[in-house]
Order: sequence, then C-alpha cells, then structure tokens
Amino acid sequence: MNTQDKHWLVRPSTIRLLWRLLIGILVILTLMDLVIEHHPHFGLDGTFGFFSWYGFLTCVAMVIFAKGLGFFLKRKDTYYDG
Amino acid sequence: MMDSVIPPGLFLIICAPILALASQSALRRPLMLIIPLMALGLVWMVPDGPVITASFMGFELIPLRGDALSRLFGTIFTLMGFAGGLFAFKQKSTTELVAALFYMGSAVGVVMAGDLITMFIFWEMMAIGSTLVIRSANTPGAIKASMRYLKIHLLGGVILMAGLAGYLGEGNPVLFEAMSLNSVSTWLILIGFLVNVGAPPFSAWLPDAYPEASFSGSVFLSAFTTKTAVYVLIRGFPGEEVLIYFGLYMVFYGIIYALLENDMRRILAYSIINQVGFMVTGIGIGTQMALNGAASHAFAHIIYKALLLMSAGAVFYRTGKRKCTDLGGLFQSMPVTAICGTIGALAISSFPFTSGFVSKSMIAQAAADQHMAYVWYFLEAASAGVFLHAGIKFPWFVFFQKDSGMRPPDPPVSMQSAMILLATLCIVIGLFPEQLYALLPYQVDYVPYTVTHVVNMLQLLLMAGLAFFVMLPMMKRTLTISLDFDWFYRRLFPALFDLLGRIIYPIYGRVIDLFKNRLDRLISLVERYNGVDGILARTVSTNSAGALGLIVLALCLGIFYQMQ
Repeated sequence: MNTQDKHWLVRPSTIRLLWRLLIGILVILTLMDLVIEHHPHFGLDGTFGFFSWYGFLTCVAMVIFAKGLGFFLKRKDTYYDG
Repeated sequence: MMDSVIPPGLFLIICAPILALASQSALRRPLMLIIPLMALGLVWMVPDGPVITASFMGFELIPLRGDALSRLFGTIFTLMGFAGGLFAFKQKSTTELVAALFYMGSAVGVVMAGDLITMFIFWEMMAIGSTLVIRSANTPGAIKASMRYLKIHLLGGVILMAGLAGYLGEGNPVLFEAMSLNSVSTWLILIGFLVNVGAPPFSAWLPDAYPEASFSGSVFLSAFTTKTAVYVLIRGFPGEEVLIYFGLYMVFYGIIYALLENDMRRILAYSIINQVGFMVTGIGIGTQMALNGAASHAFAHIIYKALLLMSAGAVFYRTGKRKCTDLGGLFQSMPVTAICGTIGALAISSFPFTSGFVSKSMIAQAAADQHMAYVWYFLEAASAGVFLHAGIKFPWFVFFQKDSGMRPPDPPVSMQSAMILLATLCIVIGLFPEQLYALLPYQVDYVPYTVTHVVNMLQLLLMAGLAFFVMLPMMKRTLTISLDFDWFYRRLFPALFDLLGRIIYPIYGRVIDLFKNRLDRLISLVERYNGVDGILARTVSTNSAGALGLIVLALCLGIFYQMQ
C-alpha cells in the first residue's frame, strides 16, 4: 500500500512526529518540576522528576514481571475447551 | 411516610415481568429507558433515615433506608440502567433485559436496605439476576460460564448467610452498620462480601464470566455486583486494615493479568478488579477522605467502565471478534466508538479533566495524609499501571496497532448515543467535580486541580505511556489465556476426583468379590422366608393376625410387669 493511501494517522511521517511530540512534552513536564510547588510526604517523592522516573520504572518493572509470570501461567486459549 | 414512598429496588423488580410481557411490542424499548429513570426519581424521593419498618421473626427490619451513601449508589445504578437500556436497544434477547432489570433492582435493594436480613435477600437475588444476564447470551460458552459464576456466588452467599446467622445469634442488632472483625461470624460476613468484590482467591469468576455475556450484557454486569460489594464494605467494614492488603493485591493482580491477556473484554474485566482494588484499599484506610474517595471512585468507575465495555461491545457487535490478535486499525471506520473508548480509557487512567482524576486521587491523598508510605507508593505505581494495561493497551490493540483490514461501520445510533452520553459524563464530572462531591457521604475537603497535582499526574501517566511503547515488543499478543485460581476448581479438583475414582473403584470391586458369596447366601436366606412363597410373606387370616397381636401384647405386659 502506498504511503499516501494510508490514513494520515498511521503514516510513518505522522508517527515520527507523534514520537517527537511525546518526547518533547515529557521533557517539558519533567523540567516543570523546577518551578512547581512540591508537597513531598515521604522522602523519595521529593526527588527531582519523581513522578516521571517512578512512572517509567514501575511500568517497565510491571511489564517484565508480567512477562516472567506469563512463562508459568500462559496456556493456549483453548485450554479449558476440551 | 410509608404510603408516599415506593421502594426503588422493589419497583424495578416488579417492572421486570412487565417488561417481559411487552417483549414483542414496540413498548419494550421505551420501557427499558423509562423504568430506570422512574427508579432514579424514586431513589431521590427516599428521605433520610428508616423509611419502612417491619417485624420479622422478632427482628425489627428496615427494608428501606435513605442516606447520602445509599443515594449515591442508587443514583449511579439507575443512571447506568438508563444508559445500558439505551445501548441495548438492538438486543434481541428480552430475557437479558428482564434479567438486567431484576439484577438492577436487587442491587438498588441492597444499597437501600437498612438491615442485614433485607440486604442478604436482595444480595442473593442479585446472584440470580446476574447469572441470567450471562446465560441469556445463549452460547455454549456463556451457559457454562454462567453456571460456574452461579456456583461461586452461591458459595459466597452460603458463607455470608452463616456469618449473618452467627452474628444475629450472638445478639447483635440487625441494623446494617459498621461491624468489627472480632468474631468468626463477622469474618464470615467479610469473606462473603469479598467474594463479590473479586478479592483473592475468588477473583477469577469475573474475567471468566463477564466476557461471555452478550455485547450489552457485559455492560450491565460491570456495574452492579462488584460495586454493591464496595458499598457493603464501606457500610460494614470501614477502616479494617486487612482491606488495604486485599485492595493492593487486587490492584496489581488486575494490571498483571490484563497485561498478559489477549481478549479485549477480559482485559476490561481484569481492570474492573484493578479499579475495585483502589476502592477496597480506600475503605481499608478508612478516613473520611478515603471513604469519600472509594465512594466517588465507584460512581466514576461505573460510568467509564460501562463506556469501555460499550465500545468493546460495539466492536464485538460489528465484527463478532474479541481477541486483540484479530483486531486493530478499527479507528478508521469506527471513529465514534474509538473516540468514546479512548475517553473511557483516559478516565479510567485518572487523566486530568476526566472523572477518574477527581475521584481516585482522593484515595492516594488519604494514604499520604495517614503517612502510609508503602500504600502511597504502591497506589502511585498502580496508577501508572492502569494507564499501561487499560488506558493504552485497550484502545491501542483494538483501534490502532496493525491494520486488521476490517472496516466495520460504527454501531447503530442508539449504541452511539449511549456511548456519547457516558463519554460526556466522564468529562463533565472531571471538569465540574463539585456536583459529584456534593453527593458524597462526608463533607469534601479536597481540591483536585492544583498545578502540582496536574503536572505530577501527567508526568506519571505520560511516562507510563512511553514505557508502553518502549516495551511494545515484549507485549506482542499471543493466543493464550493465563491460569488463575479457577484452575483449582476447573482442573485440579475434577482431576483429583477422577484419580480418586480410579483408585477406589478396583478396591471396591475386590471388597465386593470377597463378600459376594456370603452376600449371595444371605440374600437366598432372606428370600426363603420373605420371598413370594416364603413363610413370612404368606397371607394370614384376620383371626390369626389378631391372635398373634394379642400374644405379643401379653408378652410386653409380662415384661413390663417384671421390670416394675
């Protein structure tokens, strides 16, 4: 399929743009930590860009944990049909 | 008082057979909209305090009681009934709608019951109504799943009933109010409640059964059972610490299983448990802020979860497919469904300016206020995880990702309007939370929209989004399911019974052989005297029978005389 026939949202050029936009917004959001008021409750949550790195790392951890658990728990989806 | 108020739950239950009578007529559709709206009006006509009282077996029952918490749940249940009725316009099975009304009525009955016995009766009716909603999809999968579902809920009901009987037997008041976990009976009551909330180890019934319902059935199912259980926990066990652990487990259980799942409706089913986990954690924290958070989150959740299941239902209705591996690229031909589904996905992720943002953050705030550091860290990680498993995963694999090549149109207008209605509600509640806050059981002392809060939430969520796309190769969909606790009762226990049978049967055979000869002799002996021609089976004249009786009586007399 020609690139131009594709829906504009799925063209590689749009996807590249969306990636850049996402990275840009993330950088700006994280840098906003320098100017906004902080209300840390515990300690770790007062570190620079806490919500950014915490969000990223915990998500990576959850995906890896799920993947690992999947090795033990995944079965063909016809498992119970027999 | 009594004659001016109609119990809204009972009203819905009585209307169910009326709807059944109208199944063939043009009235069915308008009725399915008007009945929930009338019930909504009735909910709001119930004044505060006990409204109806009755005596039953020495108990002073309060079948109808009004207060802010009951009204909040009654409102969202009936509102949801209206939206669900609209979405179900094209549902051919009137059975499903009749069951849905009955189910809705019993859920409203539970949240407006002032005493434990009334609550229990409606609770059990709810199990029957919901089973029928699943079963009316009438596929072999749905019929089997509905029976598994019913068994778990009957088990939960038996445990609850045992707990209630013990509780009342100990002389406690029948009034439904906060209980403390200081006896076996209150623990049994709690376990009964936890079965319905989807707590471990009884979580699997939900992703097992709900996705088997019809395109509209799963919308009704998502609203009532778990949220009624949230209500009874708020009412019965606020501040019980053990609920924090159950809640946190459920939150992560939902995320991990949803990440592994391929069926779009099962993804959403797991995310129900995840979201209810937030509420259960809030109930465990137990402060006014936390309980307000749990109650408002239940309200917001019913709306966006119904919306998500509607968008999944619309896809299922048009394509007949449920697996992510078969779907993708549907945004091109189903833009309304895709946009509404995405709004629901943002709301479930507590994105700023949606309903989830103004409700869920109260629970995390309560954890921070109580200096529960670990609870807070877990809740924040889980918030990021919600975006991962439901906020992005669901819309991404259904509406975007690879192009499946399918170009189904958006669903009929009725289904579209139901989705647009709920999507609007998600945003309106997010923008103007005061209306929802005014409905909550306690005074709300919380400002959701501060620059810090909005920025922090966006950082958390968008980074979760980044993590999703970075990790995408690890999340390639496969044609698999993941084993859960239901494996024990669907595989292990039946297999054990089978094994037991195989061991016992030969032994039984040998024992029988051993005794067979003696048994045969015994049988022939019995037959000789009691058989057709046996001496004891012969007919005798009335005279001889009378004489025999006389002799026996005389003997008795003699024996008793000797004993004196």
